[in-house]
Amino acid sequence: MTDLQKTPADSAPAPLGDPFLSVRDLRIHFDTDDGLVRSVDGVSFDLHKGRTLGIVGESGSGKSVTSLGIMGLHRSKRARISGEILLDGEDLIAAGPDRVRQLRGRELAMIFQDPLTAMHPYYTVGAQIIEAYRVHHPKATKKEARARAVEMLDRVGIPQPDRRLDDYPHQFSGGMRQRAMIAMALVNDPSLLIADEPTTALDVTVQAQILDLIRDLQEEFGSAVIIITHDLGVVAELADDILVMYGGKCVERGPAASLFDAPEHPYTWGLLGSMPRLDRELQERLVPVKGTPPSLINVPSGCAFHPRCPYAALTGGRSTSEVPVLTEAAPGHHAACHLAADERHRIFTEEIAPRL
Amino acid sequence: MFAYIIRRIFAAAALLLVVSAVTFAIFFLLPRFAGETADQLAAQYIGKNPSPEAIAAVKKNLGFEQPLYTQYWHFLKGLVSGAEYKFGPEPATCHVPCFGYSFKNHLEVWPEMTSRIPVTISLAIGAAVLWLVSGITTGVISALKPRSVFDRLSMGVALAGVSLPVFFTGALLLTVFSYEWPILDNLHYVDFTEDPLMWARNLILPWISLAFLYSALYARLTRAGMLETMSEDYIRTARAKGLVERKVVVKHGLRSALTPIVTIFGMDLGLLLGGALITEQVFSLNGVGQFAVQAINDNDLPKVLGVTLLAAFFIVVCNLVVDLLYALVDPRVRLS
Repeated sequence: MTDLQKTPADSAPAPLGDPFLSVRDLRIHFDTDDGLVRSVDGVSFDLHKGRTLGIVGESGSGKSVTSLGIMGLHRSKRARISGEILLDGEDLIAAGPDRVRQLRGRELAMIFQDPLTAMHPYYTVGAQIIEAYRVHHPKATKKEARARAVEMLDRVGIPQPDRRLDDYPHQFSGGMRQRAMIAMALVNDPSLLIADEPTTALDVTVQAQILDLIRDLQEEFGSAVIIITHDLGVVAELADDILVMYGGKCVERGPAASLFDAPEHPYTWGLLGSMPRLDRELQERLVPVKGTPPSLINVPSGCAFHPRCPYAALTGGRSTSEVPVLTEAAPGHHAACHLAADERHRIFTEEIAPRL
Repeated sequence: MFAYIIRRIFAAAALLLVVSAVTFAIFFLLPRFAGETADQLAAQYIGKNPSPEAIAAVKKNLGFEQPLYTQYWHFLKGLVSGAEYKFGPEPATCHVPCFGYSFKNHLEVWPEMTSRIPVTISLAIGAAVLWLVSGITTGVISALKPRSVFDRLSMGVALAGVSLPVFFTGALLLTVFSYEWPILDNLHYVDFTEDPLMWARNLILPWISLAFLYSALYARLTRAGMLETMSEDYIRTARAKGLVERKVVVKHGLRSALTPIVTIFGMDLGLLLGGALITEQVFSLNGVGQFAVQAINDNDLPKVLGVTLLAAFFIVVCNLVVDLLYALVDPRVRLS
């Protein structure tokens, strides 16, 4: 993982100078009775304002743990966090919990997966948005805060916002609730928005609307966005860059277009193969990634993906003994795989691409 | 919301009517099924060795020869318009609301029973305040620091509290504080309006022994409820807003955790208002509970009937209040 210490931004098509969020060798481990769970094990990435990063992976790959780590929401004494999370140059891991709390909701905001359970059932939607605003605007009067909440509900496309403000979450539909969650997250103009599976709990018809909304709001507010999902379709819609996680590590990272057109890692091939697509010819059936996600306590030796990798035999035993490091395969496009680059490209063009 | 309140009040009233009918049937119908004659039944309403005249008078006054529904009707009529009993040389008047007339000691049930209510209310309310404050505080602190020294210690004490009956803790407190070191001796009920300080001084031991039992239960309930709510998604949302932890705990956590406690509290308080039998007995408090115990000992059926209905009334009313509070606390209840 030493390679990760270098800033990848110097090789990527860097858009705006210094990144707004820079995560360096982030490790989040949990001490449990069964052993040490390495949920996130050396993840690094950069994110500029106005850009969207998609973090993709199966359940248990460490995506949500990463996002909660950035938000400073791992409160358990058993969580061990190391590395650096630089937000506009300030290290959030070194900063005290109270400092992170002040940033939370103001600079860092988050949208959660299930908007029904993520809202308090006993308070009106308006009261919850107003509360979020007043935490960071203690001088604002109730009237100002209310006006701001109405404005936000209106902005996220809720009809009759001044009336719906006094409704309770259970009186909203799922899509409306997620819109209200977005309004709550954006009420303080955060510079970084983390959306953790924002559309997973929603109807397919509503999913596209919510994704459109997130994209529009990002253009309007110019914030940096992290979208966490297991659905490659979602990141294809929104992300500028994509980070693929497997077993707590980053296995591939690169610009979205490059990652979709020329994926480097066999796991990414598997993810792409298991995704239904309308823009290609109808396949016989989707190909799942064989096997189950790795245990984060007893991570497979060498490359964590080797037990499920169809090409592990081609590495001459290195995949079981040596942890692969992220290396640049194309400009700004990194992958952690023992297969030689030529070999990978040959397999992809000959075996994988025709199936996708 | 208004319609909801009206609906609940009507439901409570209907429930009370049903309870009274069932209680009435148990007292007047069951002995007949067991083979008692009207004479034997009437004899129970008088003292030992009743004269045939007295039996006849009771039989006539209570209408034992009439069908049960007529008797019940007379009972209900007595509640709203009083009743006259011709027993002995002078007619006895039973004033509104006539819950019955004790032929054994020539007393109306209602005034005698209601004179006991302030004692029971004082006991129940004081203990309730004590156990709510101590139980909920302990539960919250334990839940916020699970497996800490405080948590283990307080839950250990709570386990003891749930297991120890009032006749043990009460007697222990009396032994220590009234006899061994007589700080609180000569305990007797003083009305609050007379001397609030003496009222509190004389009730503190019964409050503590009753509250110990309940606060143990409430501490465990609050702890479990808080542990559950604090892992809810909306608590994470509240933290993600940047709220200070105190607000997250009280405004978002405790509010949800307390809702089930409100329900149980209503039932417990209702039960206690119907008479804390053991506590009143241990501390010789002349409350509704003592009244019930005496009535049962004396086999004084009108009194037993009256106290049963009073207890039912308190439980129904407390549950009504809980239902209304619940709707106030949880907006989801209002609509369904």
